[in-house]
Amino acid sequence: MPEFLQFLLSGITVGAVYALVALGFTIIYNASGVVNFAQGEFVMLGGMITVFTYAAGLPLPLAALIAILATAAIGVALNTLAIAPARGAPVVSLIIITIGASILIRGATQLVFDKQLHRFPAFSGDTPIAIGGATILPQSLWVISGAFAIFLLLWLFFTRTLIGRAVLATANNRVAAQLVGINTNFVMTLSFAMSAAIGALAGVLVTPITLTSYNIGLAFALKGFAAAMIGGMGNPKGALVGGLLLGILEAMTAGYISSQYKDATAFIVILVVLFAMPQGLFGSKSTDRV
Amino acid sequence: MNFNRNTALASSLALVLGFATPVFADIKIGSTISETGPASFLGDPEAKTLKMLVEEINAAGGVNGEKINLILYDDGGDPNKARTFATRLVEDDKVVAVIGGTTTGTSMAIIPVFEDAEIPFISLAGAIEIIDPVRPHTFKTPHTDRMACAKIFEDMKKNGITKIGMISGSDGFGASMHKQCLQIIGEYGIQVLADETYSPADADMTPQLTNIKSKAGVQAVLNPGFGQGPAIVTRNYAQLALGLPLYQSHGVASDGFIELAGAKAAEGVRLPGTALLVASLLPENDPQRSVVVAYKAAYEKATGKPVSTFGGYAHDALRILVDAIKRAGSTEPSAIRDAIEGTHGLVGTTGTVTMSAKDHLGLDLSAFRMLRIENGGWKIVE
Repeated sequence: MPEFLQFLLSGITVGAVYALVALGFTIIYNASGVVNFAQGEFVMLGGMITVFTYAAGLPLPLAALIAILATAAIGVALNTLAIAPARGAPVVSLIIITIGASILIRGATQLVFDKQLHRFPAFSGDTPIAIGGATILPQSLWVISGAFAIFLLLWLFFTRTLIGRAVLATANNRVAAQLVGINTNFVMTLSFAMSAAIGALAGVLVTPITLTSYNIGLAFALKGFAAAMIGGMGNPKGALVGGLLLGILEAMTAGYISSQYKDATAFIVILVVLFAMPQGLFGSKSTDRV
Repeated sequence: MNFNRNTALASSLALVLGFATPVFADIKIGSTISETGPASFLGDPEAKTLKMLVEEINAAGGVNGEKINLILYDDGGDPNKARTFATRLVEDDKVVAVIGGTTTGTSMAIIPVFEDAEIPFISLAGAIEIIDPVRPHTFKTPHTDRMACAKIFEDMKKNGITKIGMISGSDGFGASMHKQCLQIIGEYGIQVLADETYSPADADMTPQLTNIKSKAGVQAVLNPGFGQGPAIVTRNYAQLALGLPLYQSHGVASDGFIELAGAKAAEGVRLPGTALLVASLLPENDPQRSVVVAYKAAYEKATGKPVSTFGGYAHDALRILVDAIKRAGSTEPSAIRDAIEGTHGLVGTTGTVTMSAKDHLGLDLSAFRMLRIENGGWKIVE
């Protein structure tokens, strides 16, 4: 039983990391239908900028805030310089642009910062918390609460605020949205800023656990993307559930079957889910919500 | 107007550069290294080391009165590019010897080029396949994973450990070392009771470690791995309080590892490392002491970055090559090749190199020092 609990806690920890990344995909996807493959780089930037501002002597909360704001600014720049000029292009072209942007960000990061691995101290120390014979690190609790908090905020944003609905309307039909008076350019800028900020916040939360370096973004993006696909792209609930499901699944496979098959099991489940429900677990609702 | 000014600028620049380049041919040494790309953390210090040492040697009058002309290409870790550069080094640049091949992939791709051209090549990559079987013109400086395994198993045997658990990275390094270790583990009478793996980007290894923990009879755990994996394993290991000796591999033998894992979690971790890592801890009478201290000081002064084992591989390769050219008294590739094979008792950063027709690596187990992490620093265990 303690084993099961340990696998579960591990799964939830890793799952919350995936969920945080998956949540970042949500906003840009909802505003433009684009899957932003530079999302992993936002997570990486959040961690890396915090590492270097913290090493420069700033207190951790301030370093984290600077990292989040700087990453949000980079997100806005990505939209203004690369996505907005290609506005008429099909979604596939825009997705390819984001892949290019991710390669650019990765390259720039290794020049501006360095190629080494880094971490900064956990927020509440490293003393494990014992739960029924299993243990969890305090930082995992930060990651889990972070994932839930962002989920809640996003859910409120999309269902309860006018601007959130404007984002959904822009994705559904840009011309119609403009006709009813929505400033779609502003919506796009806002969605990139928010996605980048959420990615950076995820990076700040997970770096004490996962460590960070210039090339860590791609792995984050792939797992986060997988989580978002399971849950249903664009739906915050789907991102959260998909992330946790993927994490727990991996941990249980590693624990009870074999660590060799851990990643394979995750991908088999993704295939099964997508065969049965091509929109993901929660996806179908969000497509006809507006 | 603008155009004219630019043209004038460019031509004057070309003129200056033209004057700056040496006019006569020197000893041409070629190199293809992964300065950028995924293996840049290996290739970057290697390239910096080569440039620094060549400058140093030339400032001191060169080799046998001739200056070294280093022709260095960046293959970005891509074997195809490395192969193109290798061909260019042989056919266009007409080099007399080559240092390079940062990764096993690039090294294996370019070996045939140099074997065909009969130009001596010193690889900087880890795999044993590079020198086993021995090829006439191929040499290498880094110790092999198998030697690291042997060093670890020797230490286990000394401590009466006969049953272990293994948790290996599934990346190239982890998988290769895992295989090498299992090939020789029988010679030490050690059994593997639990054999777990993790992916290089995994964030949590507690499920695997929980399974090792619940396996009765495990006396120690070995983690062949590279990058962030071993640091996370070490942190999870402390989190689960396994209370058994933890052995890490030479893949993480750096100060950065202690920082990443945290001094508290890393306390007591054992691993095989090179003399370079513990330069200041070496006893005065250690033959490697003066070499590693000098290289460390020079590198850190020249680059402002901490010295790394990988730069040390390039250091040793160039020293072996320069020593061979001096002894050969010639820059004929065949004479250099014979002289490299005759390298005897050359003290480098990775160990003391003595090559032979059967051994194109020339290191023994004394190249590794068994280290233990204590209070956030290294301690030599012998």
